[in-house]
Amino acid sequence: MEYEVVIGLETHIQLNTETKIFCSCKADSSLDAPNTNVCPVCMGMPGVLPVLNSRVVEKGVVLATAMNADVQSTSFFDRKNYFYPDLPKGYQISQYDRPLAKGGYMDVPQADGSTRRVTIWKLHLEEDAGKTKNDPAAGRRLIDFNRCGVPLVEMVTGPDIRSADEAANYLTRLRQLLRWIGVSEADMEKGHLRCDANVSLRPRGATHLNTKTEIKNVNSIEAVRTAIGKEIERQTREYESGNKIEAWTLEWDEDSQSLKKMRSKETEADYRYFREPDLLPVQLSGEWKSQILAEFPELPLVRRARFINDYGLPEYDAEILTAERSLSDYFESAVKSYGGDVKRVSNWLMNDVMRMLNDSGKTAGEIALTPLYLAEIIKLVDSGTVNTNTAKGLLQKVVATGKSPAEIVKSEGLAKVSDDSAIRAVVEQVMAEAPGEVAAYKSGKVGLMGWFVGQVMKKMQGKADAQKARIIFEELLK
Amino acid sequence: MPLTLQEVEHIAKLARLELTDEEKTRYREQLSAILDHVAQLQKLDTSSVPPLAGMSGSESHLRPDLARPGLGAAELLKNAPAQADAQFKIPPVFE
Repeated sequence: MEYEVVIGLETHIQLNTETKIFCSCKADSSLDAPNTNVCPVCMGMPGVLPVLNSRVVEKGVVLATAMNADVQSTSFFDRKNYFYPDLPKGYQISQYDRPLAKGGYMDVPQADGSTRRVTIWKLHLEEDAGKTKNDPAAGRRLIDFNRCGVPLVEMVTGPDIRSADEAANYLTRLRQLLRWIGVSEADMEKGHLRCDANVSLRPRGATHLNTKTEIKNVNSIEAVRTAIGKEIERQTREYESGNKIEAWTLEWDEDSQSLKKMRSKETEADYRYFREPDLLPVQLSGEWKSQILAEFPELPLVRRARFINDYGLPEYDAEILTAERSLSDYFESAVKSYGGDVKRVSNWLMNDVMRMLNDSGKTAGEIALTPLYLAEIIKLVDSGTVNTNTAKGLLQKVVATGKSPAEIVKSEGLAKVSDDSAIRAVVEQVMAEAPGEVAAYKSGKVGLMGWFVGQVMKKMQGKADAQKARIIFEELLK
Repeated sequence: MPLTLQEVEHIAKLARLELTDEEKTRYREQLSAILDHVAQLQKLDTSSVPPLAGMSGSESHLRPDLARPGLGAAELLKNAPAQADAQFKIPPVFE
């Protein structure tokens, strides 16, 4: 029988606020010792009250808007009750029936050119729990509470994803979006973006949902792809053998690249959700919402389509030039300053500027080579003022000094020498200094031409018009 | 609508409470009485009353996103029954 794969993804997104969601403890503890960013509020000590961080609401609204969800003008927090050692209060403050936003979707482009619409079933704010490290060999578990109360958005998709590759594509696009809109660092390996996958199979054409399994603890996009692939294979084998799928929770083991069955978990009803009595409803006025969304950017997939349609860029270029927002903004500024062929700016950016960015580990917004300067350098090449090699050197010099390209060309005398007599003098000098090469060339080693031109360039600090030098050599070596 | 003994045991388990047989019987009666009271309220016709999502009409007080020092590890770990490597130490899970 032919099966259709049905996948839904549950993601937890760590918001990149300065402080935790309900207290003033620092949220990012990646460089801090265990149990140092803690206070009576996030440790659930008696008599304390949570106070909501306004930035959490703002980032939540931005994310919900980017996911095409309906932001709610009134939302509530609820208590989700369970006992676990990483949760000192004995409950997690979350949102249940009146979350920050409802609905939403993302249209994810696929490799074959099609688009998969992934709907969002749940989008709400909640607090993170601490970190537990189990060490049975040493007979202990250690708990670090630093992560307690770090703000999260939980986002759950509908069962809309149809393959392991589509799941990976969704996560790649989500990660790109989160960084683009600046709400999360979205580094899966650091746990900023966590993903559980619900996987089931059904006969192709069927509309019901079969029993699903839940895959947990996958902390890279590649691991999500591999783990889902393995689970699809396993479920296919079970069905082919006439067995039933049980609603297991599976844990991905990165070391052995395999899925292990986890112990069963409390069911939803057992969480005994009820309204959080310590927090009042969140009221999002129209005024506040417009303030939050005043700077809402053009989103990466929209911009990607515009680059293809309006600029006529190849999809390959558009993809690279919208992978990251500062690079994309840089490109657009350079295109505007340059005013000429967009593809030419794209080539300079993708070949030379991106290499410099990779080498320096900086983003496009951080280098001294402004988009204006890049446009200026390309224009200097267009007008024949400098040759391409000099222009590439100029990129480096602008980055190193922060001076404008025109200024550097002037102060270092980098303008291309097209004066025949000046070049002719150097050509003659090179020939006089290399009688052996001259004789070899005349006896047929015409491959030496490159060397001759190179010598001229060297003597003229790369400023010579190479084409002119070649013509003069050909004339004199005849 | 009395609760079953199994339901009482389940609720006790979720609350991590160990109950004697005598307590289970007593709490079964008390919890059932509470449910009966709620069941009485549910008989009221509320079709003309708009749903109430919260008890207070006012809105949440918000806090600016500015970090402040908290307790620190030494102070926090005074609450730890056992500790190791500046962390709370508890028994391991064997699976």
